[in-house]
Amino acid sequence: MTANGMPASTIASSAPCAPPTGNLVPLLHEIRHALTRWLEQGEEHVIDLRSIPLAPGEEDSLLEQLGEGEVNARLSITGPSDIIETRYPAVWLITHYNENESIIGRFIEICEVPGILKSQADDIRAGLERLEDQLSNAETRA
Amino acid sequence: MSKDKTLGETLQERGVSRRSFLKFCATTASMMALPPAMIPVIAATLEKLRRPSVIWLSFQECTGCTESLTRSHSATIEDLIFDTISLDYHHTLQAASGSAAEHAREEAMQENYGNYILVVDGSIPGENNGYSTIAGISNKAMLLEVAAGAAAIVAVGSCAAFGGIPKADPNPTGAVSVSDLIKDKPIVNIPGCPPIPAVITGVLVQFLTFGLPELDQLGRPAAFYGNSIHDRCYRRPFYDKGLFADSFDDEGAKKGWCLFKLGCKGPTTYNACATTKWNDGTSFPIEAGHPCLGCSEPDFWDAGSFYKALSTPTEDIGKTAVYAGAAGLIAGAALGASLRARKQSAVKNHERVTIDDLDQES
Repeated sequence: MTANGMPASTIASSAPCAPPTGNLVPLLHEIRHALTRWLEQGEEHVIDLRSIPLAPGEEDSLLEQLGEGEVNARLSITGPSDIIETRYPAVWLITHYNENESIIGRFIEICEVPGILKSQADDIRAGLERLEDQLSNAETRA
Repeated sequence: MSKDKTLGETLQERGVSRRSFLKFCATTASMMALPPAMIPVIAATLEKLRRPSVIWLSFQECTGCTESLTRSHSATIEDLIFDTISLDYHHTLQAASGSAAEHAREEAMQENYGNYILVVDGSIPGENNGYSTIAGISNKAMLLEVAAGAAAIVAVGSCAAFGGIPKADPNPTGAVSVSDLIKDKPIVNIPGCPPIPAVITGVLVQFLTFGLPELDQLGRPAAFYGNSIHDRCYRRPFYDKGLFADSFDDEGAKKGWCLFKLGCKGPTTYNACATTKWNDGTSFPIEAGHPCLGCSEPDFWDAGSFYKALSTPTEDIGKTAVYAGAAGLIAGAALGASLRARKQSAVKNHERVTIDDLDQES
């Protein structure tokens, strides 16, 4: 069995943890299925890594296998959030931190661009108001 | 934040970006063990939410539940207090004391009668007021008075939910749980000694977002107490292979094998420790090498030693199975029935087997 062409033996042997749950390979298959669904139907998929039992070290092993691709963005929103496209295009790793830089959530999203990375309509509206105010203030001064 | 404004309006006024709000909703959904598809629903509901008043009463307790809550890392207590709820009365956290504190409680009750949420930690002693009073009011009288005007009650910790340590045999104070005294209000039990902080805040946010959550037969939210520790434990594969630690320092313990024989109550304990974990998701007791004590189950203090294995049927399964094979399906069904009956009897009589007994069987 392979996940994205990776032999299962490679996946298992690179897990450094002592008692593996066996959830790592099914997780990679879930990602593979989601990628197929995105290509065929355009369906997006989100996996909450906190909802899956993983042994110590297994999550690190998963992240290692997903690797880093072409995009690495850091958001500054009530504590940082890292949005990383993995080495598999359309497989995004999203890690939310609190203000003390402790992880408060970690998701894998299968989509073109994660929603949180896009500019949001409410924020665009507020930004437009700020720009208009700035221009009208400048005109008044002139 | 004004109680009249919605959370969405307040966040906008404060200049909190939509992205920040989406992040809050995503981490909240994760904390509530909800599928990620629910994130937009949470966002839409929380946005329209007006801060409800919360009154927190502490009775016969050790303050461990509040200690746990204040160490919640996701959706911090600050977020919860200032953005989502209006915590109008809490002995330990409020600045006011004495009659000023009691006045705050009375005022919150009067202003929000019928609509506030009552949170209780600690069990309630019997008729003797000497065991526990607040401002000269017995715990029972205060609970009955405040519960009368509450929209719903959240019993935090095993003491409030099931009586906990104060109720342990011989129960010197005649301690009872909230649900022993209140019968006419919806009650959500969040047991644990203490409960996982993220579960306390998660249930409160879930309650505010979706109303009364789905509860199990012990009044616990299914989202957090729906699976046994055993079913979600990363050591489960070792149980299935029959690989157990026999002592805390043998080879099995060092290899991280199953702690069942050392008294782990994971198979009969329902809680989110194995997935949500403790200390900012760092670990949980089994991961630290200690058996689960079963602290989110009723009367766990009186359920025998923490270090004795759970009761198991003593039937010689191998031998009976041979007969079953020879006699066909009817005997097979009889084996199942016999084992079930033996197990039920063992559970009923609180029989326990020792590690030595298990060794003899294997």
